[in-house]
Amino acid sequence: MSIDAQTVKHVATLARLQASPTEVEAYAEQLSRILTLMETLNSLPTEGVMPMSHAVDIPIPERDDVVCHTDQREALLACAADTDQGHFRVPKIIE
Amino acid sequence: MSQDMSSFAGTDRYEIVVGLEVHAQMRTQSKIFCGCPTRFGAAANTQICPVCAAFPGVLPVLNREVVNMAIKTGLAIHGQVRLLSEFSRKNYFYPDLPAGYQISQYELPIVEHGHLLITPTADLPPKRIGITRIHIEVDAGKSMHEGIQGASWVDLNRTGTPLMEIVSEPDLRSALEAGEYLKKLRAIVRYLGVCDGNMEEGSFRCDANVSVRLRGESRLGTRCELKNLNSIRNVMRAIDYEAVRQIDLIESGERVIQESRLWNADLNSSRSMRGKEDAHDYRYFPEPDLPPLRISAARIESVAASMPELPDAKATRLQTEYQLSEYDAGVLTASQALADYFEAVARYTAELGHPNPKMAANWVIGELGGRLNKDNLEIQQSPISVQQLGKLVAMIQQGVISGKIAKEIFETLFTDGGDPQHIVEQKGLQQVTDSAAIEEAVEQVLATYPEDVAQYRAGKGKVLGFLVGQIMKATQGKANPALVNQLLRAKLDKRL
Amino acid sequence: MDLSHISLTDAAELLRSRSLSAVELTRHFLNRIETTDPTLNAFITVDAAGALAAAEAADLRLAQGQATPLTGIPLAIKDLFCTQGLRTTCASKMLQHFVPPYESTVTRRLKAAGAVVLGKTNMDEFAMGSSNETSFFGPVRNPWDHDRTPGGSSGGSAAATAAGLCLAAIGTDTGGSIRQPAALTGTTGLKPTYGRVSRYGMIAFASSLDQAGPMTRSVADAATLLQAMAGHDPLDSTSIDAPVPDYQSGLTTSMRGMRIGIPAEYFADGLADSVRRGVEQAMETFRSLGAQCLSLSLPSTAYAIPTYYIIAPAEASSNLARYDGIRFGHRCADPQDLQEMYARSRSEGFGAEVKRRIMLGTYVLSSGYYDAYYRKAQKVRRLIADDFQSAFTQVDLLLTPTTPETAFRIGEKNSDPVQMYLSDIFTINVNLAGLPGLSLPCGFDENNLPVGVQLIGRPLQEATLLAAGHAFQQVTDWHLRRPS
Repeated sequence: MSIDAQTVKHVATLARLQASPTEVEAYAEQLSRILTLMETLNSLPTEGVMPMSHAVDIPIPERDDVVCHTDQREALLACAADTDQGHFRVPKIIE
Repeated sequence: MSQDMSSFAGTDRYEIVVGLEVHAQMRTQSKIFCGCPTRFGAAANTQICPVCAAFPGVLPVLNREVVNMAIKTGLAIHGQVRLLSEFSRKNYFYPDLPAGYQISQYELPIVEHGHLLITPTADLPPKRIGITRIHIEVDAGKSMHEGIQGASWVDLNRTGTPLMEIVSEPDLRSALEAGEYLKKLRAIVRYLGVCDGNMEEGSFRCDANVSVRLRGESRLGTRCELKNLNSIRNVMRAIDYEAVRQIDLIESGERVIQESRLWNADLNSSRSMRGKEDAHDYRYFPEPDLPPLRISAARIESVAASMPELPDAKATRLQTEYQLSEYDAGVLTASQALADYFEAVARYTAELGHPNPKMAANWVIGELGGRLNKDNLEIQQSPISVQQLGKLVAMIQQGVISGKIAKEIFETLFTDGGDPQHIVEQKGLQQVTDSAAIEEAVEQVLATYPEDVAQYRAGKGKVLGFLVGQIMKATQGKANPALVNQLLRAKLDKRL
Repeated sequence: MDLSHISLTDAAELLRSRSLSAVELTRHFLNRIETTDPTLNAFITVDAAGALAAAEAADLRLAQGQATPLTGIPLAIKDLFCTQGLRTTCASKMLQHFVPPYESTVTRRLKAAGAVVLGKTNMDEFAMGSSNETSFFGPVRNPWDHDRTPGGSSGGSAAATAAGLCLAAIGTDTGGSIRQPAALTGTTGLKPTYGRVSRYGMIAFASSLDQAGPMTRSVADAATLLQAMAGHDPLDSTSIDAPVPDYQSGLTTSMRGMRIGIPAEYFADGLADSVRRGVEQAMETFRSLGAQCLSLSLPSTAYAIPTYYIIAPAEASSNLARYDGIRFGHRCADPQDLQEMYARSRSEGFGAEVKRRIMLGTYVLSSGYYDAYYRKAQKVRRLIADDFQSAFTQVDLLLTPTTPETAFRIGEKNSDPVQMYLSDIFTINVNLAGLPGLSLPCGFDENNLPVGVQLIGRPLQEATLLAAGHAFQQVTDWHLRRPS
């Protein structure tokens, strides 16, 4: 499997990563090699096998619908690069 | 572009196809995956924690009530609650989505294969609208743009509020049907107490997928998704607008492009959101932080047992228990509060010894409904109590007052309050049932209108109504109408 | 007595008998770090003030006779456990200045037991790497040979433990990140069953694979640490709600009659001779202890690497989406618009390997490729887990090499990601199947570099692994050897 530059650019856009022309080329080459390695899976028949998304099979725990909260606004906002009047501030979102 | 469908040449050759996606905010105390409150209106970012704000390393823990509410809703729409469902991540970047993914359900939603019956027109049988699925997901936060110089603000208070997405089949064929479907669905979630159903405040949101096709065509046309529909009226207007827009395109030889369109209620039109959105590729995959959700049959049974009577069942019961028409029962059960109010009035008239549920229904729907509507009030805000209206209806049934007088008293009650019985006594509004007094008025009227009397005698029976009206007027509406009729006929016939 | 290399049990005894104070012990390690760590680079952040304050509190507790086996014990913590008020970087520029306002369950439990946190150890960025070379804070050097890597991603924890910069350390293991560096540094590393230890507050790499565990100089020490770390946590929905056995008292379980499976696939070509020798010797030792070694097959073994390198990057691509420059972490200077803020903040904040894995994970989940890659990998994962399950109907434990070779040179593999990925070949199956795995020192190669042997157990059978490891360490002294 080889990945072309256009696919790399599309994936970079989805992942919100920049990719310079050199990086696009490097990604295309590396990802192609990694994906070739992955294609060995195709030789293994898996029809009817149930996909495994969890390492252990346990029931989902459910908690009671109880409010458990203290105002942590200042502590959480303190981690942000840019805040304004109790809000996280970002460049203008154009609708 | 015309908004009047009927005025558009060739419109009736087309059929409108609508499917609705409703996002209902669940009325839990705490958020879906953390203990933060869901209360509306707190100062920005005061109802967040590392979990809902998606700080590094934190993990979600599911709120049991969210699952119960989804099961309830699933049962109410006659759906199948899946014994095994799973949470998935829907990946996309947006400032109000802190994790960069929305925890939702994708391949295995909690409810599938439901339906609702709607009655868009009284003269046609109810129509079945399929509900493909209900899935649980988290709400996003809010971003603010207006009045902020060169930036936007993000408030995450709403992030993590539980949502149900209720997806209909493309079974709706008009704006009217869409409106009825939404009203029915909203009534159900309100009955269940799982959502407050407030479209204006955004706790019950709707996107509409609209396409058109020539009648008889079995394939669906290209659809557009309409967004920002914050009232049932706007949903209906936007669907009509979109249908006309699409028919117009097709008729002029153009193609409908699949896209999302933003409705603008002020301009009464929509605009394309094309180019504003990404090429979406949500990269769904099972949420590794949450094991699969297994729901036992016993749990479903116990949730079912805790459910209140739902609109359809209540309407059937009102018809048999109170002999109401299907239409009246339907109107009354559109809201649980309205149905409760009606039943309380009907019961109270019975307690007073003068039951007339049909009359109670007419007053609740007609006078009270109309008056509340005029003042933009909900039944819960009615200035007239169950006891006040009950007494009023009982007095009519008893023959103490006429319907006409009752309407006057009703207005007094609505604006000034008071006890209906006192008002009647104070103002001397009791119905006149004294035949001597009425007879006097009859004589007077017959003397005043000899020509009409002659006409009646010549066989023009409909003059009678006029004469009755004049007698009622002469008695300031207090005369017992039945007695007036009886005495008038007797007098007219005797003189023959 | 050389305090630097004493066991947890001995240290606890010295503290309890008041022949040594927690403050003295803590100062000893702070001094060791100050003199030795400039070379090793095992720590990203040293918290001298916090450690001494905790040591003082521990001394008070010791004086009151309310000590636990961990009270006053100086530990090093991998820098992906969130520690309230103490910088937590994940060895990334992205979180270079991140000070969490909350505490991970693992560190909360250790601190509650009275442990002293010396600081936060270096690692591969976001735990993505097998050599510690992807750290934004520079590579860690292997105490046995400073030109070589200590392995990764918990390389800082391994190096600090091997070099005696702490009494023990905590690491995490997604595909071998505790066991591989343990093998490469001659230390003992345990990856518990998935769900045995809470992941709350542990910065996620691949959520369905990540698990925290102890990195120590003996199995007995690992048992003591696991005792404090393990147990159900209501804050982690994947945490197993099962009783935690007494690991310390289980250590003396006899090996007699124990059936140990030797999977043929782990001894194929590509296994270094020195490693093969060490592991075969370990087999002999277990036989001499009364265990029975049986050959068996785990046929899906060869598919583990591609399976892992689909699933782990897929989950990582999603887990790392939260680093968007808005609420925490690196934000680029003067972004012109929102999209530029995302792309530049992320591209500046993440290193090359992290970006490569985000790209890979995004690709395998994207429309049109999901079934071919992600779903296929999930199915193969099931087959791999089934292999183990059927093996455990015949045997109690599996014994394999931990790594195909001993510590490699810094820079040797980092030009080729595929070569680097292959160094995890014996460890990642265990994560895919969610099983517990233990790496023990079992010899040295011709360059005096440590060799590790891996024991794999049934779900929640950490006690069996620890008993076997302890029995092994009672009759061998590989774990007692120290780098010069």
